[in-house]
Amino acid sequence: MLGVCLRGAHATVRKNCVRSPLTPLQSYRCYSTSRSSGASRVVALGLVTVGGGVGGTLLYSKWDPKFRAAVEKNVPYSDWLLGLALGPAPEDARLPVRKQVELNQPPSMLDKPKTDPKAKSQKSVKEAAEASGPESSLVPPPPAQSIQEASAEATQIISAISEVPSVPATCDSEAAADECKECHKHADVSETAAVASAEPLKERPVDEVTARLVQQDQEEEKLLASLSSRLEDSLASSAKATLQAIGAQEVALQAVTQHTRKLKDAMEAEAPSDEKSTQWKELEAALAERTAAVKDATTTLSKANEALEGLKSVINQAKGQKVAAARPLILAAEENLHQMVVDLDKVVSKVRSAESEAKVVSQYTELVNEAKQQFQREVSSLTPEIQANWKGLTGKLSVDDLNALIAHAHRRIDQLNRELAEQRVREQIHIEAALEQQKVEDHKVLDAAVTTAMGHVKEEARLNLEQKLAELREVMEAEMRTQLRRQAAAHTDHVRDVLKVQEQELRAEAEQVLNSKILDQETRYRQLTQEQLDNFTLDMNAAYARLKGIEEAIDSHAVAEETAREAHQLWLSVEALSYALKSAGADSPSMPLEDAAEAVRASCHDDFCSALASALPQESLQRGVYSEASLRARFNALRSLARRVALIDESRNSLYQYFLSYLQAALLFEDQQEAPPSQLSGADLDPFKLLSYASYCLEHGDLELAAKLVNQLRGEARRVVEDWLTEARLTLETRQVVSLLSAYANAAGLGTTQAP
Amino acid sequence: MTSENMADEYGRKWDRCLADTAVKTATGLGVGIVLSVLLFKRRMWPVSFGSGLGLGMGYSNCQHDFRSPYLIHGHTVKVNA
Repeated sequence: MLGVCLRGAHATVRKNCVRSPLTPLQSYRCYSTSRSSGASRVVALGLVTVGGGVGGTLLYSKWDPKFRAAVEKNVPYSDWLLGLALGPAPEDARLPVRKQVELNQPPSMLDKPKTDPKAKSQKSVKEAAEASGPESSLVPPPPAQSIQEASAEATQIISAISEVPSVPATCDSEAAADECKECHKHADVSETAAVASAEPLKERPVDEVTARLVQQDQEEEKLLASLSSRLEDSLASSAKATLQAIGAQEVALQAVTQHTRKLKDAMEAEAPSDEKSTQWKELEAALAERTAAVKDATTTLSKANEALEGLKSVINQAKGQKVAAARPLILAAEENLHQMVVDLDKVVSKVRSAESEAKVVSQYTELVNEAKQQFQREVSSLTPEIQANWKGLTGKLSVDDLNALIAHAHRRIDQLNRELAEQRVREQIHIEAALEQQKVEDHKVLDAAVTTAMGHVKEEARLNLEQKLAELREVMEAEMRTQLRRQAAAHTDHVRDVLKVQEQELRAEAEQVLNSKILDQETRYRQLTQEQLDNFTLDMNAAYARLKGIEEAIDSHAVAEETAREAHQLWLSVEALSYALKSAGADSPSMPLEDAAEAVRASCHDDFCSALASALPQESLQRGVYSEASLRARFNALRSLARRVALIDESRNSLYQYFLSYLQAALLFEDQQEAPPSQLSGADLDPFKLLSYASYCLEHGDLELAAKLVNQLRGEARRVVEDWLTEARLTLETRQVVSLLSAYANAAGLGTTQAP
Repeated sequence: MTSENMADEYGRKWDRCLADTAVKTATGLGVGIVLSVLLFKRRMWPVSFGSGLGLGMGYSNCQHDFRSPYLIHGHTVKVNA
């Protein structure tokens, strides 16, 4: 574009300024005016194009981020510009969207089992179960509770699906328990069924079971022991009480019978008065005894009843606890109880009969006493002075009294006869009534007796039944046991067979496993040993190598030191040699280099060095070499001579030629010193030129080039400078060798820092 | 040393040459004088002849001396087949 602009400018200039020949100033003006009109147009056009391009790029990059990326990649600093103009690149906006999508996904998957635990559709449940696994790895930590719940839900769901009672993980057990509680609350059959089946199917470990069994046995035994002890205690106490009661009752019975007998005797017997009084006293004693005995009997009876009640309650309790082993005990206790109850009842009935008899007798006595008293009252009313014990007072009674008494007696007899007749008349009725009453009473008694007897019989029957049941039970148990034994035997046989087979299988399996494991172990062992060996060998090798290396290092170090020493020696000898070279005087050669060369040769330990050392020319060794300065001086002297014989060569060597050459030398002027060209042309082979070149070289210390140039001389000039050339050659050779040696010594000396 | 010889050789040659020429010229002169006195009745020509002879001999010797490095002595070698 710049070219175009310039071309345009030139064209306009040419157009405008070609007409008149202008001075340079005017042409400048012409140039300036043309630029303002034509070039400005071009410039404006260019600016517009550039601006349009940039704006279009901006707009398009705003619209298409890929284009923007391409532009930024290819055009430097465009990213800064685009950033300034458009804002940051839109690639960042893409990532948060994706992340959000991802983030949105797992919470939704997480919420699914939470919000919808009763997922009926298996597919969604399976997805949730599947997703609940991997999503935990995707999402950065959700709350632990939800994961626990989710996992618990997942396990439950899985168990519900697969109908395998999956025991939830121990860490989730609490959550599972909570969940289980919740599930129990829910009215979801499948889940509750699954969960309910899951819960009781919680396997308790074997020792727990055995422990529980043992515990149960122990409890049973304890219970049994306690029961039996209680039964025994209560039995004992009740037996004691019953015996006591029976004893008391018998005592009471005896007392009552005695009392009645005594009463009867007292009533019937007509004994003398003192005996009567003793009798009455005895009677009173007997009565007291009877009452005491009866009271005692009643108390003991009540106690016995209480005891029996207690025993009954204990028996019932024992029955209620349903301990099988206690049944015979219970049975025995019941029998005992029954027996005691029966005895007690018998005795009580005896006592009652005795008491009734006693009542009858007492009634009779009362009647008799009443009659007697009445009679006595009658008698006393008739004969007030007569007291009781009228039988003894036979002499004291008066006639009136006697008559009154007899009359009273007669009247009484009549009354009594009348009563007797009445009684006889009413005898039947009375007897019937009495019979009725007796019947009723007999009925009552019979009923009572019957009820008691029935009760007893029932009790006996029940006891018998119980006994029979117990026996039967025992028999059944025995039979069951035999059957079970048979079954057990069969089972054991079967189990034995199965076990045998299983054992074989397992053995085979185990052997296989064992073999494989042994093989593995062996191979591993071998591997390990091999590894160990290898490692050991490696270590040994490494150590050996290191040792070797160390040794080598030491040796090489020693060698290096040796070489260093040698190199130093060499260097020193070379230095001596070069110093010997410098010992050349102004016109005399240096000292003979023989010694120095010998020293160098001595300190040479390789072929290169010795070759170099032997490359020293003999002359230098024996005579020494001239220094450059002396050579230079000589050359200057030789130069004039060479100039003088410049024309002389093989073909021109007459004296006339000598004269001519002398003349030439006198008349020809050349530069004292002229720098030699890099390549000699034919014209440069002129002796004078050569000499000036050589002079220049010598002045600038380049003996070699000077020698080379001088070597180009031909003819007599050459013959004249031959010696000088030889000397120069010698010096150059020697110098070269010495410099080589020196370089070599320096290199060797430098090189001795490393192993050669 | 050699170079001195070479450079000096030139000088020495010239010295020798000149000396020789002088001697020869002198000798020729002398002989010429003698002959001219003895045989040739004191004419000039034997003197100049003699000196010329001497000079020429000296010159020739000188030239030969100066040429001597360039002289090639050839030998013919008969090859017996």
